[in-house]
Amino acid sequence: MRIEVKDLRFSYGGTKKRKTEKYALDGVSLTIEEGEFFGIIGQTGSGKSTFVQHLNGLIPLKEGMGEIKVGNYDLSDKRVNLKELRSKVGMVFQYPEYQLFAETVEEDVAFGVKNFFPEKSAEEIKDVVKTAIELVGLDYPALKDKSPFELSGGQKRRVAIAGVIASRPEVLVLDEPAAGLDPQGKKDFLELLERLHKDFVRTVVIVSHDMDLVAEYCDGAAVFKDGKIIKRGTTEEVFADRECIFKSGLDLPVVEYLKEKLAEKGEKIACGTKISEFLDAVTQRWGGKT
Amino acid sequence: MRDVSFGQYYPSFSAVHKLNPAIKILLSIAYIVAVFLVQPFYFLGFLACFTYIVLVTAVAKLPFFRVIKSIRAILFFVVLSAVIQVFVNKTGSPLWEGGFIYTGGLISAAYIVLRISMIVLGASLLTLTTSPVELADGIEFLLYPLKLIKFPVHEFALIMSIALRFIPTLLDETDRIIKAQKARGADFESKNLFKRAKAMIPVLIPLLISSFRRADELADAMDSRCYSGSKNRTKYKKLTFGWGDLIAALFTAGLIVGVVFLNGVYGVTV
Ligand SMILES: Nc1ncnc2c1ncn2[C@@H]1O[C@H](COP(=O)(O)OP(=O)(O)O)[C@@H](O)[C@H]1O
Ligand SMILES: [Mg+2]
Repeated sequence: MRIEVKDLRFSYGGTKKRKTEKYALDGVSLTIEEGEFFGIIGQTGSGKSTFVQHLNGLIPLKEGMGEIKVGNYDLSDKRVNLKELRSKVGMVFQYPEYQLFAETVEEDVAFGVKNFFPEKSAEEIKDVVKTAIELVGLDYPALKDKSPFELSGGQKRRVAIAGVIASRPEVLVLDEPAAGLDPQGKKDFLELLERLHKDFVRTVVIVSHDMDLVAEYCDGAAVFKDGKIIKRGTTEEVFADRECIFKSGLDLPVVEYLKEKLAEKGEKIACGTKISEFLDAVTQRWGGKT
Repeated sequence: MRDVSFGQYYPSFSAVHKLNPAIKILLSIAYIVAVFLVQPFYFLGFLACFTYIVLVTAVAKLPFFRVIKSIRAILFFVVLSAVIQVFVNKTGSPLWEGGFIYTGGLISAAYIVLRISMIVLGASLLTLTTSPVELADGIEFLLYPLKLIKFPVHEFALIMSIALRFIPTLLDETDRIIKAQKARGADFESKNLFKRAKAMIPVLIPLLISSFRRADELADAMDSRCYSGSKNRTKYKKLTFGWGDLIAALFTAGLIVGVVFLNGVYGVTV
């Protein structure tokens, strides 16, 4: 599903018309194509979370405050089927493990599926849940009857994500999903995301503070600052605009620094922002010699 | 969720904000007593109370609409009591020939509405000009005599201020969890009451768990700072009494005298 947002404005202050009214989103326009792995970056408080919560109607779109279209769903239409939309746009919040509640892992993962597809039989639901749990790399028979609260932090997070993808969303939105994970946990998690994007959810939108993550996995990215998008392009284009990156309090991914250092020594390496591409380019240049 | 402004403190640097919170609580009680002293249908007493509110609001540099807005929270209650009075109170004469509304009903409705409104205005002045922490300090001070009967005053005040401190945090947390479950298709708007109650389970359980987690963390943080209860504990902010407190007390005493005086001046009779 294609995501198309036009001139979106939003203020937490309600509808009061005051001159000093501060917009959390102040005229945001952004199109994310189907199939993209899209990154949203920006300082804390720049409006990233507010923006993504509009995409599945968690924050309702007010009249005259812009347009949002997700696939065929027009969110400015009052009659839009929010439940259906939310089954198609899965959302993983920061620290998703805090949303676990059921007695067993299986039940918790089934929660969304049961809500979205009440007509599904118990057998079907079991199937879907099993697939989701296995997809996030957990051992289904061993964990399904355990309480989610007995699991380790990393496992909890996987269960929470399984609970979101079990209803087979076409778009997966993740708001700072890697926060608080240890390096290995983070690596595993990112591999999981890539696997999901490859053969399960078409479009992935990720909000992150981790420039290396965005550089490595995202095709396109947008930079938020004070409720506005000040840069939108491919990941390479975004990180090429140094002024914009530093002005908005962000940093460059490691690859960009490496390229810069090499450039200082007179060695221009032309490649993207992915570590693998960089390594390939370097190997090609020096033929594997160090 | 943040609209539920509990305590609704309105920070500013005014003489009223700087008053000793214990005194402020006592004076608020005195003010409420003054409101109750207004004899039925001697409306001038309410005028005195209202003048008092307006003056305090001005000195406290509060926007007047913020003070008035506090009535909105109990508007339903006020309207209900007024309606009951109008329909039930059959004293005085009917408003029109054979009518069911009596002058007595109308006048006592007005009296009740004014009484409740005045009390709420006074209470909201207290919470608008006193931060929750100061309030807890003030209550701790006022409860001090209870120490004699071994009532754990300090602990009680601590529990109160922690509770107050965490209300906004818990509201935020509730908001987040509700959003997360909504994203998983939870339906909180169902017309069916039973369904709606059931929908709260996926919110309440994570909320409870995170409260316990927070409580643990807070206990650890307090332990690591060697907190050990009230024994030998000094205060960062000592409650002091100044000229302002004296003036405020005199001013409030003046209100009470004024109300008592006005009680004999002009009353509406039915
Ligand atoms: N629930 C809320 N109530 C009021 N203001 C909020 C709320 N959530 C966020 N804000 C404000 O909206 C702005 C954007 O916040 P947010 O979208 O959370 O930014 P980010 O996710 O980029 O850190 C900030 O100024 C923040 O203080
Ligand atoms: Mg955020």
